[in-house]
Amino acid sequence: MKAYFSVFKLRLYNGLQYRAAAFAGVATQFFWGFIIIMVFEAFYSQTLVNPPISLPQLISYVWLQQSFLAFVMLWFRDNELFQLITTGNIAYELCRPSEIYDFWYAKLLAQRLASAMLRSFPILVVAFLLPYPYRISLPPDLSTLFIFMATLIIGLLILVSISMLIYISVFITMSPVGSLLIFGVAGEFFAGMVIPIPLMPSWLQNIVKLLPFHLTADFPFRVYSGHIPKDEALTGILIQIIWLVMLVILGKFAMKKALRRVVVQGG
Amino acid sequence: MITVNGLSKSFLVAKRSSGLRHALKALFHREYTVVKALNDISFTIEPGEIVGYIGPNGAGKSTTIKVMSGILVPDSGTCSIMGFTPWKDRVPYVKKIGVVFGQRSQLWWDVPVMDSFNLLRDIYNVPEAEYRRNLDLLVETLELSEIVKTPVRQLSLGQRMRCEIAASLLHSPSILFLDEPTIGLDAVSKIAVRQFIKTINKEKGVTIILTTHDMNDIEALAQRIILIGNGRLLYDGNLNELRSQFGSQKIVTVDYRKNSKPLNLPGASLISWSPERAILKVDAEQVMISDLLTQLSSQVELLDVSIEAQPIEDIIVQMYKEYQIS
Repeated sequence: MKAYFSVFKLRLYNGLQYRAAAFAGVATQFFWGFIIIMVFEAFYSQTLVNPPISLPQLISYVWLQQSFLAFVMLWFRDNELFQLITTGNIAYELCRPSEIYDFWYAKLLAQRLASAMLRSFPILVVAFLLPYPYRISLPPDLSTLFIFMATLIIGLLILVSISMLIYISVFITMSPVGSLLIFGVAGEFFAGMVIPIPLMPSWLQNIVKLLPFHLTADFPFRVYSGHIPKDEALTGILIQIIWLVMLVILGKFAMKKALRRVVVQGG
Repeated sequence: MITVNGLSKSFLVAKRSSGLRHALKALFHREYTVVKALNDISFTIEPGEIVGYIGPNGAGKSTTIKVMSGILVPDSGTCSIMGFTPWKDRVPYVKKIGVVFGQRSQLWWDVPVMDSFNLLRDIYNVPEAEYRRNLDLLVETLELSEIVKTPVRQLSLGQRMRCEIAASLLHSPSILFLDEPTIGLDAVSKIAVRQFIKTINKEKGVTIILTTHDMNDIEALAQRIILIGNGRLLYDGNLNELRSQFGSQKIVTVDYRKNSKPLNLPGASLISWSPERAILKVDAEQVMISDLLTQLSSQVELLDVSIEAQPIEDIIVQMYKEYQIS
């Protein structure tokens, strides 16, 4: 356990070095956040029916999306791991007394946490100070906040276990481009990053509910604003945990298969 | 300590000719060739040995090392090292071995070397006292005290290689696999690395298996060599025996006062000749060196003579030729 914690720590410190990248990221996220909010504001001002999610709830949704980008985006990747596989440096990882799956899980988790630590707080702080209607609202009560944090963390764990499947696929394809694109685009869409899931037509929402992606972003963000009531949120956490266990089992199994036929590239 | 029996491993290699036509064709139909990287390799190694594992490029040296260190799974054959089968008991097994791949790096690129060392301590779960002891020894003998605080990306190749070797010994392994540890190093670093390998073998009794293309490494370190080519084991034995088997050839260089008459020496073949100097190759089993010198002094006025054994490199080339693997 100490090993995984240690690699997590080192990766975290490593990630905290990239201040300029974080600053640029924060600026980009603000830009996006404003554009998206303005578009929805325009739509909402013309609406004739009662929208399925209120504007303040939607605005919280957007700001949470932007500030926890590192927690919810599948294209957010660790090129080092891809290089390990494609250049054959995996050889060194394999002669360590630790399970590769757990080892990489710790690395990926640390990378996302480091990135989020640098980005999410500045964005959140500023989003709380913005003038109406752009300001993010507080969750309805304290217990909602705690449930939100729990769902966000389990969501992050689910996301890392999904992204692990991308890394495992590179053992077979030798190039991350295809898997990244498919997982990135599909995952982002089904997580509600393009169109918030409450605004999707109901037939599409039914598909979304069958997939794990919405549990990483849409679900915690709607818990935050109270759009998902508390009792429903608690069952949601149960579903999250079931998905997490299934994905980890699947990933470990696939990793084992991949390692049995691993070829160390480049001699 | 190490018993390898009938190890075989083959790879599928995709092949196509260059050019657009073949590239398009390969979209629909791939051609693979099966490369037998290892073909029925067997040997045993005793504790405390230093074994030089040699062979031309692509002979299967690195593949053997990777199988023995639990990275690759062979197609068939058995391998028992300290009671473990490397690819089956990978996690408990690799705790007891150290591996250095000369062409790769195990250190974290952007952080000081010391951070990588500390991470390895935690990964291998080395007790603090033992870690301190090993670290002090390694830092002292490999002269690392100045460089462990430097980020790896700013180290020279020689400095980095010394750190790589140190990194694989922090957990006091009983076997050390070195895959081309001296690749790309200058003479001083090579000697330092060799000296160090000798020291840990003597003082800590670490069994060492080393692959290299530098025959000086082998001469300085290994009493025993295992030669493989095209995936087959060709020779396993003592270096001196090998030398006496193949190495009765001597190189004789003679300097003499200007003499335009060509030399006439039965039994010796002329490698080069000038009016002042000749280099000869002699098989010492057929021609007595003293006879040769007598003949020489009767034909020219000798100034200087040097006799050298055939370099081990030539012996290896000769062996490659003999086994038709070059």
